[in-house]
Amino acid sequence: MIRLKLDDISKKFGAISALKNVSLEIKAGEVLGLMGDNGAGKSTLVKIIAGNFRPSGGKIQIDDAPADFNKPLDAQRAGIEIVHQSLALCDNLTAASNMFLGRELKRNFGPFKILNYAGMHRQAALHFAELKSETRPKSLVRKMSGGQRQAVAISRALLSDAKIVLLDEPTAAISVRQVAEVLNLIRRLRDRGISVILISHRMPDVFGVADSIAVLRRGQLVAAKPIRDSSPEEVTGLITGAIEQA
Amino acid sequence: MTSSLEQVIDQSEHKSPFSLLMNHQVFWVFIAATLACITLSIVTDTFATERNLFNVTRNFSFIGIIAIGMTVVIASGGIDLSVGSSVVLSAMILAVVMAAGYSFWVAASLALGATLVVGALNGILIAYVGMPPFVVTLGMLSIARSLAMVLSDNKMIYEFGPDHELILWLGGGKTLGMPHPLIVLAILAVITGLVLKWTAWGQHVFAIGGNEEAAELTGVPVKLKKVTIYMFSAFTAGITGILMVGWLGGVTTNLGQAMELTVIAAAVIGGANLAGGGGTAFGAVVGALLIEVIRNSLILLGISTFWQGAFIGTFIIIAVGFERAQRLRARD
Repeated sequence: MIRLKLDDISKKFGAISALKNVSLEIKAGEVLGLMGDNGAGKSTLVKIIAGNFRPSGGKIQIDDAPADFNKPLDAQRAGIEIVHQSLALCDNLTAASNMFLGRELKRNFGPFKILNYAGMHRQAALHFAELKSETRPKSLVRKMSGGQRQAVAISRALLSDAKIVLLDEPTAAISVRQVAEVLNLIRRLRDRGISVILISHRMPDVFGVADSIAVLRRGQLVAAKPIRDSSPEEVTGLITGAIEQA
Repeated sequence: MTSSLEQVIDQSEHKSPFSLLMNHQVFWVFIAATLACITLSIVTDTFATERNLFNVTRNFSFIGIIAIGMTVVIASGGIDLSVGSSVVLSAMILAVVMAAGYSFWVAASLALGATLVVGALNGILIAYVGMPPFVVTLGMLSIARSLAMVLSDNKMIYEFGPDHELILWLGGGKTLGMPHPLIVLAILAVITGLVLKWTAWGQHVFAIGGNEEAAELTGVPVKLKKVTIYMFSAFTAGITGILMVGWLGGVTTNLGQAMELTVIAAAVIGGANLAGGGGTAFGAVVGALLIEVIRNSLILLGISTFWQGAFIGTFIIIAVGFERAQRLRARD
């Protein structure tokens, strides 16, 4: 099944074309590595998928049904979750509190509705266990490693039963050991049938975990193919423009 | 292998209650306040008298009540400089309306209503217009006190109409041996403590203070929450204004002048993190207690009260330094 289909997407900012006729498909349980130099249009594409921008032209389909996002919440409702590069975590709160921030579980206590910490901790622990992460629901995010933080951010995306998870440079600012942890997190997402779009600069990470690869250059899609048919050398060439199209 | 690893992590997580306590600023401030009380009881024969303790508890209650509101504002990453002026505005509206012959309840509702409006204005300008809290509340500090002056024509009011006795009893009396402001403080501290820990509102206060952008991205209605936070702080000032009228038996427009500094000091000494994201209601109470005990001890020991500012200032700096040291240690 085609989970997400972009058909002829373009985006203009005034006279500038940020994206030109981009068509792309992702299947359920597929990891797509999205690569490109700075200014190639990666973040514009991501923002269109996440509902921040509306495309100037083209169509988006999710599970073969047309999708039209006016705001990020629309995309969220359609099952698209973004894990921002900054991760958007509160250092002073626990892992579980961060996961449930803005959608806390509550229970009745007499006439009051109070937070259901036990329930949140239990659910958070389940998610972390599923991701095989050593993250503890009650630990403060301040005291966590980069990999654990990533697990918290990804778990938050999973909480809403996401179909498509966009990861924006998840391995940019963490140690080598933690990169392996994050790549494992991505594999677990794939195993659950979630489509992952991995936006990254790091060739080894993309080739380590992605099933297919898409390369943008100056707003145009210059390659979209299974990763086994490509190579880091070819992708480098595509990104820089040494190879025109593949 | 995995189970033993998990056990190790578990153990490192569950520190003994004692070590947690040792790391807590509030604990040390509490110790300092207690030590000061004990020392004063031994050194002076005036401290542990009923009369003096009655005064100390009442004085500290006024600071403590507002410090609870201030702690919530500071925990959300803001600051409210207008509380001292909200105190006088509340007190003056109460006094003027009561003096005009209306009942206490009408007057108190109007007084609290006015402070809630002040808080809402603060919140709206900060959250929706995007102005810095420092500037907005500094402006409100000036506006609210000026309104109190306009309202009273800058005269002292000491006749409170038909409910005269009621207001004097409310602010100056005691029940079961406890001064009323102290009872209000205790109730407010318990409620605020529970709300901060057990409600989404409390959770969001800390989330906004910890990382406002993250709170926004995860769907917390940050702007609306901020308005309610400033309204809460203004509300605590309003309550204090009403109680102070009863305690003093008269209102002048210099009531609550420079109070915001003492209140901020109490909140910070009690562990409220000026960078946002931390603070407890209990801490605010303990911070207020320490400040009042110091102030009282200076008087009892015959030291000029001019030194008070130096002591409080030093304590603020120590408290912030303590917080910073903890953060540096946590980073290692």
